[in-house]
Amino acid sequence: MTMDRVRRGQSFKISSIPNELVRVQAIRFGIAEGEVVSCEEVVPAGPVVIRKNKQQIALGWRLARQIDIVMV
Amino acid sequence: MAHCHGPVGLKNIPEGAKKIVLAGNPNTGKSVFFNYFTGLYVDVSNYPGTTLEISHGRFGSDVIIDTPGVYGISSFNDEERIARDIILSADMVISVVDAVHLERDLFLTQQVIDTGVSVIVALNMVDEAERQGLKIDVDLLSDLLGVPVVPTVAVQKRGLSEVKERLAGAKTGHMTPGLEPLISRLVDRVGSRGEALLVLEGDQLVAERHGLKPENMREEIYLKRRERVNDIVKHVLEESTEGASFGSLLGRWMIKPATGIPILALALYAMYYVIGVFIAGTVVGVTEETIMLEMYEPAVRGIVGRFIAEESVFGTILIGEFGLLTMTITYILGLLMPLVIGFYFFLSLFEDSGYLPRIATLVDRLLTGIGLNGRGVIPLILGFGCVTMATITTRLLGSDRERKIAVLLLGLTIPCSAQLGVIAGMLAGVGGWYVAIYALVIFTVLVMIGTVMNTLLPGKSSDLLIDLPPLRLPRLDNVLKKTGTKSYNFLKEAFPLFALGALIISVFQVTGILEFLQNLLAPLTVGWLKLPKEASTAFIMGIVRRDFGAAGLTDMALTPVQTIAALITITLFVPCIASILILFKERSKKEAVMIWGASWVVAFLVGGFVSQLQSAFGGDSDSLGALGIILAFFGMTLATVIACRLARREKPQGIAG
Repeated sequence: MTMDRVRRGQSFKISSIPNELVRVQAIRFGIAEGEVVSCEEVVPAGPVVIRKNKQQIALGWRLARQIDIVMV
Repeated sequence: MAHCHGPVGLKNIPEGAKKIVLAGNPNTGKSVFFNYFTGLYVDVSNYPGTTLEISHGRFGSDVIIDTPGVYGISSFNDEERIARDIILSADMVISVVDAVHLERDLFLTQQVIDTGVSVIVALNMVDEAERQGLKIDVDLLSDLLGVPVVPTVAVQKRGLSEVKERLAGAKTGHMTPGLEPLISRLVDRVGSRGEALLVLEGDQLVAERHGLKPENMREEIYLKRRERVNDIVKHVLEESTEGASFGSLLGRWMIKPATGIPILALALYAMYYVIGVFIAGTVVGVTEETIMLEMYEPAVRGIVGRFIAEESVFGTILIGEFGLLTMTITYILGLLMPLVIGFYFFLSLFEDSGYLPRIATLVDRLLTGIGLNGRGVIPLILGFGCVTMATITTRLLGSDRERKIAVLLLGLTIPCSAQLGVIAGMLAGVGGWYVAIYALVIFTVLVMIGTVMNTLLPGKSSDLLIDLPPLRLPRLDNVLKKTGTKSYNFLKEAFPLFALGALIISVFQVTGILEFLQNLLAPLTVGWLKLPKEASTAFIMGIVRRDFGAAGLTDMALTPVQTIAALITITLFVPCIASILILFKERSKKEAVMIWGASWVVAFLVGGFVSQLQSAFGGDSDSLGALGIILAFFGMTLATVIACRLARREKPQGIAG
């Protein structure tokens, strides 16, 4: 499934980020493909906030829709 | 301080001085280090990207250079390019790391180490890390990175002297495994390890400098580096369980619409109340009325009047109605200065608390409708402080398309603090329905223009991808310092422009041009906007600065409807001279001229429309007219949004993206 469909509190593994630019930016934030992160918050019809340790990142809804994830 | 455009053009660096560069992610407290080392003040900001000015100062016989907060030197935006060039030219780097965000921050540290420069790490905010249950093995971190690591709490000055003492011990650290052979292959051709690294990482500009093609190894190297950083963090970090602190709970509330919108409304209301009601009313009553008009102006008239007759040409220019020594000084110091201080105080609070990126997340979806993503709200909000400065910060937006939209919206619809202060004060006078009309009209104009731009401009805007820094209670001394610096900069910038404006108006008055222009604009001001003829003077003044124009309206006797129409017109009116100059530099002459021209049209069109609607719907009934205006603008916005949706849908996929 894609990241826009996760719910708050769920943990999931990022399986693929199709956009190269987004992928390298995410690596810098500490969130690479294969990483397990949790969903901190979802703004209805808006961004998904994910969290890894203390790091929180907000991703726009359209971007989240392009990222494939696997629930863990 | 020096403006930095393109390659580092730092002047006044003595020959033989070592360049010591401060590098770090946004919000790590670099600026506090800079202040400590140099004693100079720099803007301490909590929002990624509000300082594009590069500061440097003397440190003994060497130089300390500050860099913008970045997550890596990857040339994703101007700040990264500036940081890259400064770091590549460094003799030594102090890498400031947020102890709470080791995983994120060490990526940059490792990238800097990989450039082969000598590094010392300041592990900052160790107190906060402790509070959050994080224990970091500093000695092991130092061993693994191969460089000295000093724990610090910069805002309390803890550990700063130790960083100073151990500066000489900075050294080249351990590289990311596997990089060495790759860099060795290139280093002879480009002359430095740092540049070789960036060529490997696909940096276009650095590769071009050496006549090479950028290599395509960025992702591979980044993954290796990430793996190494994660490995280091795994070894040095021990985490105990933590409960949800109030900060993280509040942070969550701020981004959820159900709680986030009321919080935002509350914050904006507090701002309106303090600035629009308290400062514009009580404080300005003292500073403008009592101090300037009752004490200062008679005094200065008395002194100057002894040498020059007030009715003479010179007298009019110096101490007349629009005099350089009377109106200019009174407006700036008595009226605008208190308002500007109020605004910058709130903006600094927002910036330093980490609230801005959360507002960006909250409004992201709304802004995608006008072709921006949530980040676009930052320049728009900063625009309420100073449109000129906000125009510069549009650099942090992801694409040129977004910048085009943002600068247009800034130039057209966002009133700057000085202007907004005057407006808030005048609105507080008319109250109720009229405040709603003003806000709604400006907001709907913003939405309509943004939506149309989003439809007309080709391509697609970038998506939101933003780091949410922890919420922090802003430190009062930082907020006050920042408010002070920004207000001072306002004074420096506004004063000459104001003086110029006052001079022009006085000359116009003396020569009779003012009356000629008033009569010339009369069909617009009197016929279309239904304002007194003298309102033209405010608009002529507004060409120099809109706040100057708005201030000119305060002295006029206007009905509530006239007040609203005049305020809407002056809000949408042309950006100040400083903004236009920045637009020239940042964008292009064509775009600047276009925005300037469009402002005239939009301002008078919308302002007049409000006036005409009121008389058509309301006649003598204020509330009926107000309702008519609100419905009309709401309807127009809806029609625009629907029309643009349909137009986008009809476009072939390739263009609409």
